[in-house]
This record gives sequence, C-alpha cells and structure tokens, in this order.
Amino acid sequence: MRGRTRTRNIYLIPYMLWIVLFVIAPIVLIIYYSMFNIDGAWSLENYKRFFTPVYLSMTLRSFWYAGLITGFSLLIAYPTAYLLTKTEHKQLWLLLIILPSWINLLLKIYAFIGILGFYGPVNSFLDIIGVGTRQILFTDFSFIFVAVYIFIPYMILPIFNALEELNPSLVAAARDLGASSWATFRRVVFPLTFNGVKAGCRAVFIPALSLFMITRLIAGNRVITLGTAIEQHFLVTQDWGMGSTIAVFLIIAMGLTMILTETGKKVN
Amino acid sequence: MPEETIIRFENITKQYDNDPPVLTDVSFELERGKFYTLLGPSGCGKTTIIRLIAGFVQPTTGAIYFDEQEISNIPPDKRRVNTIFQDYALFPHLNVFENVAFGLRVKRMKPDMIKAKVREALRFVNLEGLENRGITGMSGGQQQRVAVARAIVNEPEVLLLDEPLSALDLKLRSEMQYELRELQKNLGITFVFVTHDQEEALALSDEVFVLNSGVIQQRGTPNDIYDEPVNKFVADFIGESNIIPGIMINDYLVEFVGNQFECVDQGFYPNEPAEIVIRPEDLEITGKDQGKLQVRVDSQLFRGVHYEICCYDKDGNEWLVHSTRKVTVGDEIGLDFGPEDIHVMRLGETEDEFDRRLESYEEVRHAG
Repeated sequence: MRGRTRTRNIYLIPYMLWIVLFVIAPIVLIIYYSMFNIDGAWSLENYKRFFTPVYLSMTLRSFWYAGLITGFSLLIAYPTAYLLTKTEHKQLWLLLIILPSWINLLLKIYAFIGILGFYGPVNSFLDIIGVGTRQILFTDFSFIFVAVYIFIPYMILPIFNALEELNPSLVAAARDLGASSWATFRRVVFPLTFNGVKAGCRAVFIPALSLFMITRLIAGNRVITLGTAIEQHFLVTQDWGMGSTIAVFLIIAMGLTMILTETGKKVN
Repeated sequence: MPEETIIRFENITKQYDNDPPVLTDVSFELERGKFYTLLGPSGCGKTTIIRLIAGFVQPTTGAIYFDEQEISNIPPDKRRVNTIFQDYALFPHLNVFENVAFGLRVKRMKPDMIKAKVREALRFVNLEGLENRGITGMSGGQQQRVAVARAIVNEPEVLLLDEPLSALDLKLRSEMQYELRELQKNLGITFVFVTHDQEEALALSDEVFVLNSGVIQQRGTPNDIYDEPVNKFVADFIGESNIIPGIMINDYLVEFVGNQFECVDQGFYPNEPAEIVIRPEDLEITGKDQGKLQVRVDSQLFRGVHYEICCYDKDGNEWLVHSTRKVTVGDEIGLDFGPEDIHVMRLGETEDEFDRRLESYEEVRHAG
C-alpha cells in the first residue's frame, strides 16, 4: 500500500516541478517586482499609481471590451451550438468550427490585416456595391470582430456539450405541459445549459482581459487595455514595477471572474 | 356512441426515412374515461402511438382525431393531453412545487390559484409537505408521484403513460399499479398506458391492445384476450400456453396428438388445419392411464403459488402444467381438461376475420 503511494508520488514530480517553476515562481516574481518603483527603490508607489484615473479608466476599458467580446461571442455561439446539436453530422461540423483554433493566432491576425486593410477584398467589395472604401482596420469594430472570431470556438464547445447532455425528454415534457418552443427554451433549455454558458464566458472573458496582440495589430493600439499596458511597461518604458503591478491586478480580476462564473455542483 | 369517442386513429402509418414502417395502417377509437393498455414487445410501435397522440411525432399517412377534430399536425403544447414519461422527465433545476406548477405557470395562471392547485395535486398523490424538496434526492416512487401530479394538475382529458412503472422494483410496482388504477377511477379521464408487462396490462385495463411489428394483433377486455387469443403471437405473449398443431374435424370436434376431442369452437371448414391452445392452469393432473393425455414428467419448478411442471407426451410435444399438486419427476401421469379449456385458432386469421367468424356463429346460435 505504502509502495503504491510512493510510486504515485514519483509520478507527481514532473507536475509539481512544472507548477512551481512556471506558475508559482512567476506569480511570486511578479508580486516581488511590483514592489519596486522605476528607480529600483522598494515602495508601494505603483499600487498608489494604479488607482489614478489613467489606470482605472484603462481597467474599465479592458473590462468593457472583454465584456463586449464575450457578449457577442455568446450571441453567435449559443444559436450555433444549438443548431449543431440538431444537425446530422455533428462531429464533422464541430471539427470545422474547432479547426481554425489550431492555426497560429498571429497568422490569423495577419490574414485579417490583409482582408480588412484599405486595399483588401472587403473594401474592394464595398467599393463595387457603391458604399465606397473606408477605414475598417484600426477601429473598435475590427477589434471586436477579430477577437470574437478568435474566441468563438471556446464559447461554442462548452455550450455544445451542455446542450448534448440535456435530456431530450425534458424538452418533450415542457412542450407536453403546454410550453411554446420559446417558453421551453427560456424555462428549461437555457437554465439547464447555463453552466455551459458560464464555462464559455469564463473561457472567453479571462483571456480577453489581457489581449494585446489584437489591440496592437488590428486596433492599431487605439484601444489600450491592461494587456497592452503591461507589454508597453515591460518593453517600451522599462518600468517593470508598474507592469508587474498591473499584472497583479489582472490576476486578481481573473480570480474574481473564476469565482463569479463558478459552475457550482452539477445538477442532473 | 360517437360522443363518447375521444381519440380516433384513422389508417395511421408511421415510417422513418426508408426504414420499415413502425406502424402500418392502424385504426382504432378510444372512449372517454376508460383505461387502455398498449401491450407488446419492444419495437412493436406502442410508444409511437402515444407519441402520436401527444404530438411529438406526426403520422406519415392517416389522420388523428381528438373530439372529432383533426389534430394530426397540431403541436404538443396545444393538445389537451399530458404524458408521464418513462424516465419521468422531471426538471432537475426546479423543486417539487415548481415542477408541478410548470404547466400552470406557462398558462400564466394567477399565483394564488397555482398555489391552491399544486397543493391539491400533491395531496392527490400523497406528497403533501414535500413542496420545497429537490428532485434529485427523491426515490423512484416519489419521482413517479411528482410526475403524476405534474400531469394531472393541468386537468388533461387524456393521460398518456409511457412504461411509467418499468424503473421501479417489483413491490413498489404492484403498489403503484393499484394507485394508478385508483387514480384513473377518481379522475374519470382516459388513460393510455404503455407496457411490455402482460400481467400489468391484464390487471389494470378496461381494454388491452396487443401489438406486434406495427400492427394491432388483438384488442379486447383482459378476459377476452386471455381466453380467446386470436393467434399464436397473442397466445404466447399473454400468459403461458401450450400451443399444438391440430385439425378441426367438424364444428365442436378437434383432433390433436392422435385423438379427437370435444370443443366449443366452430366456423371452420371440415378437416381444416388449426392451432390448439390450452392454458397450463387448465390442465388437471390425474393418475396414470386416467385423463385424456398420457405424459411423462420431465422437470418441476416451485413458483410459490403453484408448481410449474414440464411434461412430454409420446409424440414429443411439450406440455406445461400449472398445479398446486406436487408430482415426481420421471413419473407417468395423466392430464385432463374439459371442452371449454380448448381454444382453437385458425391459421393466419386476422382480428377482423376472427370477430366476423365469432359473430356469424353467435347469429347461428340465436337463429337455432
């Protein structure tokens, strides 16, 4: 018995090493660096600075954009997932939806620069139908659009799984008891797949909080989020202390989101 | 009487894609306030019939009438029927009260009315005081009662029950059988009950429909179906039977296992081949060289209420006997039976032909 637990502990070693080196140590380092001001002196100045309007509005903006991205993803993903469960070749359709998420993020973003650019196919099309070419890249629209495109598979998957797990006789029972298809959706289908919705929102909202590649390349840094700010502090202003402080708040925000979207104990 | 008919199936066929049809040209009428049972092996189409009545599927051809109005294409939420599902299909995110109140809430009934009606429905199924309980922690029997309350609170004119007792253990099942029968009498509405358990069907129903491979084989009271099965399938499916080939020599005279016996059947051609049914409990054990048949006891099982004795005659035909008397395995015994214990079935006869033959000799009897 003891021998078996010992071998199990041996298996745990790589995992523990990984956790310590790549999760715990970085967090400790971030907290440590956040305690130094730009001159390398120990202080809590950075934390004070975070609560100035510049950083607070940046935080608010990050939440706002992450919220928009999550909201639009959900609006598109729920009906898509619902239709997917009704199609004949579910697994094939699901694969086609997941497929783009296997392609490198940067590649996809560069592709969008080409597509949405001033001389890209979208503008050519707008020109032909008489709307005229316009600035599409470097706008809020293009930022949200590309971000939603990138995140949508992560929203569809958990919702699809929740819909698949839903017992079809519950839907039949609701109809049988006099509920229209809309009432059935509102009173039975949505509440029973809400855990999937929460899991999807978590999978989209948390990474959306710290986006910086899309903000730079698609939104042309016109949208400054916490992710952008961290990158700028580390690479441009060399203010590692402030960058770390923002990262600390980002970690706290992620933790809070995790708690808020806690799926709780499973019903059914 | 037409005003008593509540549901009518007119030449219903149901077929999915290119598979063989689940139901083939099924027609019947259900009367108000009766307890009907659809009985058959799995895949016989019995569940499809109640799904058609509930509105979850539409007939491929034919029409369904409810109160003489065609409802074939009306969605389930607009039909005055409710269903009790095999897995109960209780909503796991709602408590007992909200489950029962579901149908009333979607009808936008006033909250105090809902409260009163739900209370009453729960009292009806002996679940008072459990309003705030969650569904998942409840026993099978309790869930069953919630499902019943949730259906009857809507005051349906027809209640459809899709094998609702199959998930319960034996003791609870027979308890619930009594309760369901009682419930149907108290409510006075039509029940359509689906089961593959023939004992359940015989015990509960006013009328039983025996189905096999998408066709109604026979319909009638439990007694009719048990005593006068129309064909081998029904005789075999309902209870246990000894089915032996024979020849109908003349009216009231049948030959099997090399002897001629007096019987009560008629309407056959002279010397027509037929199948003979004798129920195991109708065979009486007598001493050797007495009785009408001589058999040797092959095996014996104690079944509680009776012994199940398996015997063979000299031609190798198997005879199943139910008796409270114990015999010795290997012994030669005699079996006795009366003319009314023999039921003769015409080969390949449909239910309609059977009914017509029965009617024709009823007339003869009245004329004579």
